[in-house]
Amino acid sequence: MTLRIEHELHRRRFGRNLGLGLALAVFVALVFGLTVVKVKRGDPMQAFDHVARPELVPPQGEGEQ
Amino acid sequence: MSDTHANGALTETGEAGFGDYVALLKPRVMSLVVFTAMVGLLVAPQGMHPFVALISVLFIALGAGASGALNMWWDADIDRVMRRTRARPIPSGRVQPGEALGLGLALSGLSVMMLWLAANALAALLLAFTIFFYVVIYSMWLKRSTPQNIVIGGAAGAFPPMIGWVCATGSVSVEACLMFLLIFMWTPPHFWSLALFMNSDYQQAGVPMLTVTHGKRVTRNHILVYTIALVPFALATAFTSIGGPIYLAVSVLLNLGFLWGAWAIWRRGEALAEGDGYTTEKAVFKFSLLYLFLHFGALLAEASLKPWGLGGW
Repeated sequence: MTLRIEHELHRRRFGRNLGLGLALAVFVALVFGLTVVKVKRGDPMQAFDHVARPELVPPQGEGEQ
Repeated sequence: MSDTHANGALTETGEAGFGDYVALLKPRVMSLVVFTAMVGLLVAPQGMHPFVALISVLFIALGAGASGALNMWWDADIDRVMRRTRARPIPSGRVQPGEALGLGLALSGLSVMMLWLAANALAALLLAFTIFFYVVIYSMWLKRSTPQNIVIGGAAGAFPPMIGWVCATGSVSVEACLMFLLIFMWTPPHFWSLALFMNSDYQQAGVPMLTVTHGKRVTRNHILVYTIALVPFALATAFTSIGGPIYLAVSVLLNLGFLWGAWAIWRRGEALAEGDGYTTEKAVFKFSLLYLFLHFGALLAEASLKPWGLGGW
């Protein structure tokens, strides 16, 4: 015999988990969207690991005299 | 856990639903913060990318919500006594105080960090200061120690439009300060008119509101004086870069209405107010909400009309 009581508590827990899941999904979407906007707009963003840093490269013609 | 109890009597589990955690963030206060911060951001001369603007307003609101949760954590003992607040998640036992503290601290950190990433460091710093001011200066210190609690504490509610402005411009200006002062000066008459008809609540909880420490006559006097003091700040905004004829006309009408209400409250004695169930005080309290909403609405109207050459002077 299976004893399966669906109490109001279980519904409340499910609602809480669902709400938290959705909140996290929205947060991820917001951070992703913000990253896309900032990168596309060319905001000053740079990493320091395995990423080219163009400002370190001297402009052409400089230092050739 | 008690949810395995054989007879199914599981109603008092102390487990909160998602809505209880949302209630900790004071959604009604958040809606006002969203509106004023959004106006502060939209009336600023420098435009922001719509998505970045949306995120900025969202995290300003989340910061306000976080401070609301911390306030509920600290004030749970008062909330348990007051009729108006005893159904809140902590006093009703649905949320544990530690959960509210954890949620408040986590969301405070998250909102400040995200605002920094989305907008700029000054905006994030102002948001952090606002949370600190509301929780530590107002809730922990002033609220229980002085009848001037809401006069000084009102600053916390006044910061959002300034933060919105700083998100867009990166600096504080006269316009941002006037938007701040509009809310700052509006807060005392707004809350004191509420305190006049909610006095027994504050008295029971031992909160030294002006009505409790100095009586209702003094509070009525203060409402009138503070409303008069509010008028120049409200009108001055009309003559800045974010004001214009629409704002001036709306502001003049609203200030006349608020002054009339404050005068009506001042004229009344306690016997008359108790006799008619504080009709005037309740009406002025409701009008004060409209007063603030329409002032910021008028600023938004001025900014919206500018592209067509209509807004502003």
